[in-house]
Amino acid sequence: MSLLELRAVACIRGGRLLFESLDLVLDPGGAALVTGPNGAGKSSLIRIAAGLLAASAGTVERKAAAALADEGLALDPRLALGRALGFWGRLDGAEADEAMAAMGLAALAEMPVRMLSTGQRKRAALARVLAGRAPLWLLDEPANGLDGDGQARLEAAMAAHRAGGGAILAASHQPLGLPGAARVDL
Amino acid sequence: MMPLLLRELRLAATGGSAALPLVFFLLVAALFPFAIGPDSALLGRTGGGALWVAALLAALLPVDRLVEPDRASGVLDQLAVRGISEENVALAKLAGHWLSFGPPLMLAALPAAALMKLPAPVLARLELGLLAGTPGLAALTLIVAALTSGLRTTGALAGLLMLPLAVPILIFGAGLTEPDGSAGALKLLAAASLLLVAVAPFAAGAAMRAARD
Repeated sequence: MSLLELRAVACIRGGRLLFESLDLVLDPGGAALVTGPNGAGKSSLIRIAAGLLAASAGTVERKAAAALADEGLALDPRLALGRALGFWGRLDGAEADEAMAAMGLAALAEMPVRMLSTGQRKRAALARVLAGRAPLWLLDEPANGLDGDGQARLEAAMAAHRAGGGAILAASHQPLGLPGAARVDL
Repeated sequence: MMPLLLRELRLAATGGSAALPLVFFLLVAALFPFAIGPDSALLGRTGGGALWVAALLAALLPVDRLVEPDRASGVLDQLAVRGISEENVALAKLAGHWLSFGPPLMLAALPAAALMKLPAPVLARLELGLLAGTPGLAALTLIVAALTSGLRTTGALAGLLMLPLAVPILIFGAGLTEPDGSAGALKLLAAASLLLVAVAPFAAGAAMRAARD
């Protein structure tokens, strides 16, 4: 049973056709990497898959809970990182501690979110995805701003997620460690 | 729902959107007697209406903090991905906003009424009116906040959108504080307020969804 099915999906933004008749099926353990130049519609495709944007044509079927990591940090800037992630943990019914450790954020739990660097913010957004335990991960430029260690942790987390029967749809203009991922060139 | 409500209360307490309207309300109450003069008969007659104008303008102050920060930082997107409907988010925001706005304003009305030298029966009717009217004001603020989220300059537009819709609450609220303030004014005030509260989750929810595109 597939986790995500896009059939003949088209996207029109601002009167411009970004892509059309796009088919994509993600099975448990599967992954797809969306590539393309800036403005090709990578982020729009991720938002369509997340249900945040209506496809201009075609059907989108999401058969499992999804977790999204995009450019929106969605953490309260005044809160300590641990508490800010804890809010989403309560909504997801999960603890964030393990995910923070997996992304190398354990030492920053007391740091206010507004003091975090770009890479640390990205790690925090990914830690929320890890903590949520949703079967379907939607990652928009997940490696942006990450250092070597962060990319290695992301790769390990994605591999563990797929090994556990999860699926990943990622958009990136740089190589991600997603062995055997389907390529979607926009 | 509960985590959302608690978050709204925490944001209101730490972000200044709870304190600012109160300070503004008390400031007007302190300044009004200076402008009108210390004639207690005149103050008692006009004070109730002046406090209602102050409450209405105070309600407008947190309009840029209710929805826009959550839209800009992606909180609304994250909630939507989790399958929490915009209407539920709006409902939590409405409850959180009223709790941080209505009861504190009713407390602040006590010193404000003293500054205005309002007689005790008028004060009682003012408090009753605020209890009935502040949910409507909070609902209106939320609707306008959701409608203007994503726009660059919200201040003036928010005022233009909100004030005409708030006029019924102002009329019946101020009417209730008049010496012959009748039960009819309270009923109409409660009705106007209830209508806004009932509409707010759907209107604000739809506006939040529309702001996503």
